[in-house]
Amino acid sequence: MSRWLPRTYLTLVYMLLYVPIMVLVVFSFNESRTGYEWGGFSLRWYEALFNNRAMVQAMWNSLWLALSAATVSTVIGALTALALHRYRFRGKRVLNGMLFVVMMSPEIVLAISLLGLFLLVGLQLGYVSLLLAHVTFCLPFVVITVMARLNGFDEALPEAARDLGASDFIMTRTVLLPVIMPALLAGWLLGFTLSLDDVVVSTFVSGPSYEILPLRIYSMVRVGLKPEVNALGTLLLVFSLVMLMLSQWILLRSKR
Amino acid sequence: MQQPFRTAVLVLVWGWLLLLVLAPNLLVVGASVMTRDSATFISLPLNLDAYRQLFNPLYLDVFLHSLYMAAMTTLVCLLIGYPFAWALSKVPKQRQMLLIFLLIVPFWTNSLVRTYALKLILATNGLLNNALMSLGVIDTPMQMLYTEGAVIIGLVYLLLPFMILPLYAVFDGLREDLLRASHDLGAGRLSTFIHVIVPLTLPGVLAGIMLVLLPAMGLFFVPDILGGSRNLLVGNVIKNQFLDARNWPFGAAASIMLTLAMAFLMLAHRLSKRRIGEDGV
Repeated sequence: MSRWLPRTYLTLVYMLLYVPIMVLVVFSFNESRTGYEWGGFSLRWYEALFNNRAMVQAMWNSLWLALSAATVSTVIGALTALALHRYRFRGKRVLNGMLFVVMMSPEIVLAISLLGLFLLVGLQLGYVSLLLAHVTFCLPFVVITVMARLNGFDEALPEAARDLGASDFIMTRTVLLPVIMPALLAGWLLGFTLSLDDVVVSTFVSGPSYEILPLRIYSMVRVGLKPEVNALGTLLLVFSLVMLMLSQWILLRSKR
Repeated sequence: MQQPFRTAVLVLVWGWLLLLVLAPNLLVVGASVMTRDSATFISLPLNLDAYRQLFNPLYLDVFLHSLYMAAMTTLVCLLIGYPFAWALSKVPKQRQMLLIFLLIVPFWTNSLVRTYALKLILATNGLLNNALMSLGVIDTPMQMLYTEGAVIIGLVYLLLPFMILPLYAVFDGLREDLLRASHDLGAGRLSTFIHVIVPLTLPGVLAGIMLVLLPAMGLFFVPDILGGSRNLLVGNVIKNQFLDARNWPFGAAASIMLTLAMAFLMLAHRLSKRRIGEDGV
């Protein structure tokens, strides 16, 4: 087969994937209000964005939620991965299975089940319910990232530490923690992004007391076109891109 | 000395999963067989009304339409993704890394914002209509937004990487010697494709189908933004039942159907892997 055919095809599909994103970025600098005609370069939509108090508040709320959800899920996820890797215990397969189910099941199923639980125990919908939900759907991704790192790890080191009299806790802190550090950072960044982008689960478990960015965007884009969303989308895009490059860089560097 | 740490870790992990995964899921199963109640959402007596309601023609139509759109989405993803993954696996290794990176960038960016970007392109006075009109292909703008096609385009756009990545994984692991053996035994290109390549890439195909088909029934914001009120997904029905109509048993029953579909696909995937065996791929 000639070589240009596969190459043209790859290029074409990448174009389809990236054209909408590029359109969004270009139009975020568009002076015109209608959004379809180019009316000259302008930063007015960025300005409008930052002058919108509720929007800025939602931005901070989202950032704080993503920070805390990523941190909690990294801690619990890392401990889960360590437990799965090091300990023999009853129900290990069940635990693995539950994580797999969380990852595979449609988000909406997770969303309604958590909503049911929160209403049943009388938890006010807001920051806490969002945090619990976000940690839950981030957890399997952190576990997988850390497990992948642990599986390629020389078993002799923890054994040596044990022989030298280190307790489990000391051994984990001094031997295993440095090894899984890159995976922890990558898992944290992934959790942060997943939390920041989530719409489906948040729609169900958030309350009026804690408005977050994706839900605000959702209510804006349901009807008509809002030029501010172009600007906001561009900012989110740049932000995620930086996070992704950071995590790839961390993983690549650790492989050397 | 080591016991307290171990116990603490296990209690934390088990506690989280039992409380926030197992208990809520049991709750949904329970809710699906209870009676709708306006004050407490659900109440006794137990019955199967919610499941019966799933087969009410009104909802059955919505579900079948949703299934149709999800199936079309999956088919389009497969048709685009299969040759794409194949071509990708042939690219020199160094460049492959970059191309895969470019594939996961969209996964990391806000799916709502990307769906909205499609709206800019598909709207009646949007970019695509303008481009087609200035090229003289059409005289009057086409209605593209708020159609079934727009929903499928949106779903394909969001889910394509989930089809490509598992396919790429199987193509990447495809052993050249098996293809050469097939060639040496006199099989032509088509024959090799049908008898060697397709069976060996089947687990990737099924994994891709699993990763696309289910979200394609649940991503309710895509029809909300692109589809108008007539092109609903199962996800929209579940959302309406829980948040607006407050009919929990029915919403729960619908979500259990989704879960069963997932279980079925996972089983199919596992069986296809076992048939090929560890050695083949």
